[in-house]
Amino acid sequence: MLTKKQLFTRGMLDISPHMLSVIPFGIICGAIGVELGFHPYLVYAMSFIIFGGASQIVFLQLLSGGASSLVAVASVGIINSRHLLYGAVLSEYLEKLSFIKKLLISYVVVDQGFAESNKFFKKNRSEEFLHYHLIGTGCTMWVCWQIATLSGIVLGSFVPEELGLKFAIPLTFIAIVVQDLKKLDHVIVMITCGLSSLLFFDAPFKSYIIISPIIALFVAALLLRLKK
Amino acid sequence: MTLTAIIFAGILTYFTRMTMIALISRDMLGDKIKAVLEYVPSAVFPAIIFPGIFINDFGTFIEMNDPKIFGALVAVIVGYFSKNIIATISAGLVSYWFLIFFVFS
Repeated sequence: MLTKKQLFTRGMLDISPHMLSVIPFGIICGAIGVELGFHPYLVYAMSFIIFGGASQIVFLQLLSGGASSLVAVASVGIINSRHLLYGAVLSEYLEKLSFIKKLLISYVVVDQGFAESNKFFKKNRSEEFLHYHLIGTGCTMWVCWQIATLSGIVLGSFVPEELGLKFAIPLTFIAIVVQDLKKLDHVIVMITCGLSSLLFFDAPFKSYIIISPIIALFVAALLLRLKK
Repeated sequence: MTLTAIIFAGILTYFTRMTMIALISRDMLGDKIKAVLEYVPSAVFPAIIFPGIFINDFGTFIEMNDPKIFGALVAVIVGYFSKNIIATISAGLVSYWFLIFFVFS
């Protein structure tokens, strides 16, 4: 049985490799916000209040492009609606927590944290303080994201644009799913999602980001039927 | 004005994170749904990966000889065999840089 501190540290360690892509991306996000003409305080406020990577850039790009606040807010909501799926998966492991703790821990649920903690949870179901792993991944992400966006805001785009560091984001997610390529059913689900995301890329409010997972989960459900 | 919008966007985002964790109990999800939820990572992350590779900053498809496709393939291969996140990301980036700085320039 691992202690709370050990689990927290394990969470930190499990997510830290992803900072290789998260930190440059955060710097870019901060710099873009200021370049688009928004007040630095507002750009930073987003990292604290929304705390949602790409959705922050989309939000500012929409507003600066003349979209209404309603459209910008709705887009953020839709882009981040994928967290509902993460929550549904995590709820099984967090159900013993008090309501207040659930409310608090929810703030730090992020893509990479969900991915790494979920992998850990599956292998260590019996641990009593499992949620400390999620707090570890989430807090590491939070601190790095705040520092990275702040540096981008203060220093501007000191990361040369020619490096194309945005490309690190798909790479970080490749690292997350790549081992599941061993399983044919997962490969089918991934390809379904990926192709759907390209097909629906122009759907309003960036909704491809939730439409394609839903289609892919339907395919997953069909596959489960066929397996039986 | 913008701050109000940010706050609303933040509340909305927080609700997407909190709803399923705080308001759903284990009994509400049947075994079938739980089995499908096993696929969530595979069903969600390609929606970030594919557009990140195949669609450029202007929202249009890239050419089939784009260095990003090559970089992603290298990352998949290195990731598959190394099982190492840092190796996967660096292999993808380095091969991508090699192409854009030395081959395509």
